[in-house]
Amino acid sequence: MKEIINSARVRFPALSRNESFARTLTAGFLMHLEVTPSQLADIKTVVSEAVTNAIVHGYRGEEDKKGEVLLELCFYRNRVLLIRVTDHGRGIENVEKAMEPFYTTDREGERSGMGLPIIRAFCDSVRLVSRPGFTRITMKKKL
Amino acid sequence: MKLITAIKDGDLLARLTGDIDHHSAAGIREEIDRLLEKERPARLLLDLGETDFMDSSGLGLILGRKRKTEEMGIGLILINPTEGCLKILHLAGMENQIETKYV
Repeated sequence: MKEIINSARVRFPALSRNESFARTLTAGFLMHLEVTPSQLADIKTVVSEAVTNAIVHGYRGEEDKKGEVLLELCFYRNRVLLIRVTDHGRGIENVEKAMEPFYTTDREGERSGMGLPIIRAFCDSVRLVSRPGFTRITMKKKL
Repeated sequence: MKLITAIKDGDLLARLTGDIDHHSAAGIREEIDRLLEKERPARLLLDLGETDFMDSSGLGLILGRKRKTEEMGIGLILINPTEGCLKILHLAGMENQIETKYV
């Protein structure tokens, strides 16, 4: 395993206001790592998408059900950033379909169906594992 | 996120400042749609010049207003979209599908 420069694990309630908290936290983590504004914007976007997915789809926006989201960040010596978002919600029925552009199970909520395609476009690698009660997305981006 | 709205020369101007994400999009959508119904403007002008951040929820908001204005038979124009907004629109293949103006 590559040498770790810095890492963080943060667990927070699945509340929609924590989407901006997760972005701000990630920006803080990256502050001393010489990241370009464009890279920072991409990373904030993928964190926002992944955390929003956990809240909207994992927990169906059920803010009173005490769902939690785990955000893990890890920066390696070879300048690879690993971002991992885990929830213990419903799980994604069809992971392959979820990756397709404009596919959404939530038309009512005006979801664009572009969350996962955007994550794929902005990261170097994406791994999504899901079953009922557990969804984890692991994203890597070279900086 | 702060939404500032005004009626100017028969158009509804909506300035979106700050972050557009899932949390903020619902309130913006409701307010813009309420004003569209109430004011029946000639066009909806979405000013994205001070939008610091936008993810796919912002895209959903814009595509939803595109649908809504088309249903109403009125115009939709994006004003001064930032680089971040354009990147998301581009990924969805929408950057040339909506009229854009820089003022």
